This record gives sequence, structure tokens and C-alpha cells, in this order.
Amino acid sequence: MALELYMDLLSAPCRAVYIFSKKHDISFNFQFVDLLKGHHHSKEYIDINPLRKLPSLKDGKFVLTESVSILSYLCRKYSAPLHWYPPDLHTRARVEEFMAWQHTAFQLPMKRIVWLKLLIPKITGEEVSAEKIDHAVAEVKNSLKLFEEYFLQDKMFITGDQISLADLVAVVEIMQPMAANYNAFLNSSKLAEWRKRVELSIGSGLFMEAHSRLMQLADWDFSTLDPVVKENISELLKKSK
Amino acid sequence: MGLELYLDLLSQPCRAIYIFAKKNGIPFELRTVDLIKGQHLSDAFSQVNPLKKVPALKDGDFTLSESVAILLYLTHKYKVPDHWYPQDLQARARVDEYLAWQHTTLRRSCLRALWHKVMFPVFLGEPVSPQTLAATLAELDVNVQLLEDKFLQNKAFLAGPHISLADLVAITELMHPVGAGCQVFKGRPKLAAWRNRMEAAVGEDLFQEAHEIILKAKDFPPADPTTKQKLMPRVLAMIQ
Repeated sequence: MALELYMDLLSAPCRAVYIFSKKHDISFNFQFVDLLKGHHHSKEYIDINPLRKLPSLKDGKFVLTESVSILSYLCRKYSAPLHWYPPDLHTRARVEEFMAWQHTAFQLPMKRIVWLKLLIPKITGEEVSAEKIDHAVAEVKNSLKLFEEYFLQDKMFITGDQISLADLVAVVEIMQPMAANYNAFLNSSKLAEWRKRVELSIGSGLFMEAHSRLMQLADWDFSTLDPVVKENISELLKKSK
Repeated sequence: MGLELYLDLLSQPCRAIYIFAKKNGIPFELRTVDLIKGQHLSDAFSQVNPLKKVPALKDGDFTLSESVAILLYLTHKYKVPDHWYPQDLQARARVDEYLAWQHTTLRRSCLRALWHKVMFPVFLGEPVSPQTLAATLAELDVNVQLLEDKFLQNKAFLAGPHISLADLVAITELMHPVGAGCQVFKGRPKLAAWRNRMEAAVGEDLFQEAHEIILKAKDFPPADPTTKQKLMPRVLAMIQ
């Protein structure tokens, strides 16, 4: 029974899992759960993950959610080269520190930019106030500043000379606002250079392939958005007003 | 200088680390960082953690933030019993899964419940609208139910038959709304039974000691205007 990975590459955590699996020639079935068509709300998917989130992994009868957990699982099961999740006590702690921090400090602000600048206008037809967007951009800039000063510093990669899971998770998150035409790498040459190094380590072809759906999101015909998804989004927006 | 743990037991992640270190007999110097006095914002503390948050660890020259990373560091360094973070591939994945999930869900709800119900009105003197409080408590309810339905299910502990890091992180989170007067275990016999198992596994005395401060949160004296001004921006960012 092959490994099943339930993903939509619009999601940053899915891209991390996808890239890692392809890079290490891990054999898997790509179970495409189309977020735009609301497939994460389908009965078939709810049976896999009642939380309706992506990615999910299914290895025989074993189902696992949460990309950070999935990445560790794949690393261990498929004996990935050690630099991805180093065994040294201190180095490993740095990976775990970033992986913990990024949930709130990175993922949320990066996602918010895509919502405010692209998805809300496209779905509701209403522009979001400049004030809200400025606030969201300031948050992203603050997170990136902390990333550079605390996590990356003057090293080639977060743990030192080699790429690790932390860099992979970081890069896919920072790519997310690209969907809304916001290039966070323009903020600093240090960040841009780190991105190039990460991209080269992963392989440019694989990196581009993983991000192609994201980069085309703005051109998607939002009038075909699944009604359940649209309804859920409208509810969420009403609550947050 | 040996291991130093910079903690304030008002903070949920700090309680998890405190209990873990004490339970496993890990020798450490407790460095209290008084959050309501704003000590986490001092220059001295930023030498330990430039991110200005607790918990933080200092082991010789090595400093570390993020409670999950600190718990894992202590686990690896001090070779604690296997059940805390099992070697077994799938059992470990279950612990990792919970530790990843909780950041933006249960942790966030528990934090907001405490601040909206108690800390804003009592400590900061800032009123919270009934709608905001209701929404926060509703979200807490959803996440506590997920804890029970998805993670605990019919098991003794979150990741299996034995206590792990996941349980410790979860229970210390839940004590936050408990400290605010929310009855999270009411009508949830499975979760209540798990809570009792947790307290027994950790040790009643240690559990009570770790939670003494949070259980008195309602009685904190109001902050003076200077402290309030100092704390407000970061509090607002924290509970977003």
C-alpha cells in the first residue's frame, strides 16, 4: 500500500511536504484535495481528516495531520540525510524553535496578506481598507525582521551551512503572499540571497513546479468558486468585522 | 553556571516546562520573569531572549525560546522515560501532531479566554464587550471539544496509553480558562477523567504548585498606568 498525501499546493504546508517528498524520491500518491472546489469539505476527505485541513498523510491505516509532524515522520521513516533534521542537541533545537515559532509568527501574517489583497476583493467584490492592508504588511515586515535577525542572522541557512526542514518551511511560507503580488523578498538582499540558496538546494525545477498553482491564483475565475467555500468565507468575514 | 529556566508560572507554556523539569528531576535554576511587572521587556532579559518572551532556557552559552523546542531539548538532553516522547515512529508522530496543532487553536483560545474574561477588565481596567467575550468562549468550547473528540478519543492519554509531552502542554493550557473561572471540564466526563489521570501522573503537589498563580488570576491588583501602557501593545499583539 503506497503512501497517500492529501494536498493542494495552494497551501504552504502542503508545498513543504510535497517538495520534501519529491526531493527524497519518496513514493506517494498525490491525492489532490481542491481547496477552491471545496473538496476539503467532502465526506471522503472528512473521513480522512475531520478537521478538514491540509496536508494529511495516510500510511496504511495510519493517518497523520499537521505538516510539521508529517515532515518529521517522513524524515525518520525514509532516513533523510541528517542535515534536514540534525541529531546534534543544539542544532536540532534551532530547527524545533523555528518550527514552533512560525505557526503564529509567520503562517498567519503571510496568509492574511493573500486574504486582504486578493481573496476578499475577488470573492466579495469589495476592496479591503488601506489601513487594514498596511497593518497586515507591517506585521509581515516585523516577522521577516525577526526571522532575519534571530533565526537566519549571518548564516547561509537557519542551522548553519546546510539546508534543514526549517528553511523549507520558512521559504514556502514567505512565498505565500506572492499570490497577491506581494514579494516579501524585496525587503532585503539577505533574504533574497537566502531564498536563492534554498531554491538551489531544493532544485529550481521542483521549487517552480511546487509554486506554479499559487502563482496562477490571481488569474483563476473566482466566479466558479464552490458555493460552500464562498459561504464559509463570508461567515468568517462577518465574524471578524 | 548550570541550566537556567526563565519562567513566569502565569504563562501556560512556562507551567508545562516547570512541571516537566521538576517531575524528571532535572536540576535547574529558576529565573522568575515577572510578566505583569513587564520584566520580559527589560534589556537584561533581552540578552537571554531577544524575542522578549517566556519561557526561555539558558544552558551555558546556549539560549533557546519556544516551549515546544525547550521541552524537546530537555527530553533529549536528560534522557527522560520514553513515554514522554516515544521512540516509536507513529507514537512520536502523534505527540508531534498535537504539539503542532495546539499553537493556533487551543493555546490561542485559552489565552484569549483568560484575557477577555479576567485580565483586561480586572488587571488592565479595559472593558470587554459581551459579544467579544461570548465569541471567545464559543471558540474555546469548539477547541476543547476537538481536544476531546479528535485527540483524546477513548484513550487514557492524548498520544496513547501513557502520559506524553502532548498531555502536559494540553493540561497547562486548559488551566488558563479554569483560572478565569471557565468550567471547561463540566459536561465532559472523558476530559475530566483525563485531567484526574494527569494530576495523578504528574503528582498532586507539583500540579497544585505549578498552578497556584493562575488560579489566583482573578485577584491580581490592577496595573498602574505606566505598566499598563508598557504592556498593552504586546498584549494586543499576543492575543490576536
